[in-house]
Amino acid sequence: MALANAFYNTFVKRNSVFVTSIFAGAFAFSVGFDVAVNNFWDRWNQGKQWKDIRAKYIQEDADS
Amino acid sequence: MLSRLPAAALKSQSVLGASRSTTSAFRTRATSQVRFASSSSASSATLESLLTSRASLISVTLFSAGSIAWYTHLYGSLPFVGEVHANSLADDGLHPTTYPWPHKGLFDTFDHASIRRGFQVYREVCAACHSLDRIAWRNLVGVSHTADEARALAEDVEYTDGPDDKGEMFQRPGKLSDYLPPPYANEEAARAGNGGALPPDLSLIIKARHGGADYVFSLLTGYMDPPAGVEIREDMSYNPYFPGGAISMARVLWDNLVEYEDGTPATTSQMAKDIVTFLNWAAEPEHDERKKMGIKAVILFSALFAISIQVKRFKWTVLKNRKIFYNPPKDLKH
Repeated sequence: MALANAFYNTFVKRNSVFVTSIFAGAFAFSVGFDVAVNNFWDRWNQGKQWKDIRAKYIQEDADS
Repeated sequence: MLSRLPAAALKSQSVLGASRSTTSAFRTRATSQVRFASSSSASSATLESLLTSRASLISVTLFSAGSIAWYTHLYGSLPFVGEVHANSLADDGLHPTTYPWPHKGLFDTFDHASIRRGFQVYREVCAACHSLDRIAWRNLVGVSHTADEARALAEDVEYTDGPDDKGEMFQRPGKLSDYLPPPYANEEAARAGNGGALPPDLSLIIKARHGGADYVFSLLTGYMDPPAGVEIREDMSYNPYFPGGAISMARVLWDNLVEYEDGTPATTSQMAKDIVTFLNWAAEPEHDERKKMGIKAVILFSALFAISIQVKRFKWTVLKNRKIFYNPPKDLKH
């Protein structure tokens, strides 16, 4: 109950704080979720992607 | 509709159907059933319920429909229904083998080293006849080549540009934004150069053929001598995977046809695998994004589904846990 009260008093009491925290939370979640999925993808496909074999073909002072 | 029928309705229906002969028989049988319905032995009652229950009707129906569907899937025609075909199965082409492509799984991307080798095969072999209209040099950057390599490849090709300030077209070396050059100026020239057969554009060929990557790989490696009795016209080749068997493209992939820069042995099947991987990428450059989006969608939607189930159970607890009592009215002596 104390936790619920703390949550209510911190986030829900004022509408401005409530809406702002929802938007900030959505932004943070989408970034974090994308990073997590991309990390999983890179680990799963290790050695197959261009970034893994790029070092073999790159010359000095070349871009991309 | 079936589920709304009470089991007793089906039972009486079957009794009705069985005793249509005379009304008297119906009457006696009906009365006997009513008379002994409650006192008949338990075993015959279970047998009867097994034969007349809705569940057994539904399961028998499902079993029959399933067997017919399975048979049709396996043999391509309905059981016990004869069919006559004017063409032989060879006219549809041999079904391609299923191959374990590195990009086949739900989470798998292309083998990009293979894409790079496949582009080399395309450039040195396929590009003599086949165009690849939808791919520009810039598309290779970050997929199979560095920007400098792609730029160097593009500069090897002359493109017509213009008009300049005198109104004339001029030749210039290629840029990253140029598309891969077609081998023929137009379709008519391509047909004239290939005995009337048009080499298809390869940009979307993996998507455009049944069997996709498996089919193209089987086709490239499936050339063989025609079997006895099959006549192949001059300038054509026999390939069992090609519908009809006679294909205008001769076998082009032979061992050690190209020399890979990474030292991979250039066998026929290795080159076929690389070119098919390259063409698969060319047909689906959005492949990786699509699969990543699929992963995200499955995670998010299953979480939302679980939440919705939880919310439903929460909202329904009141209804599910209530008890209904019947309080008989007090005797009012009216």
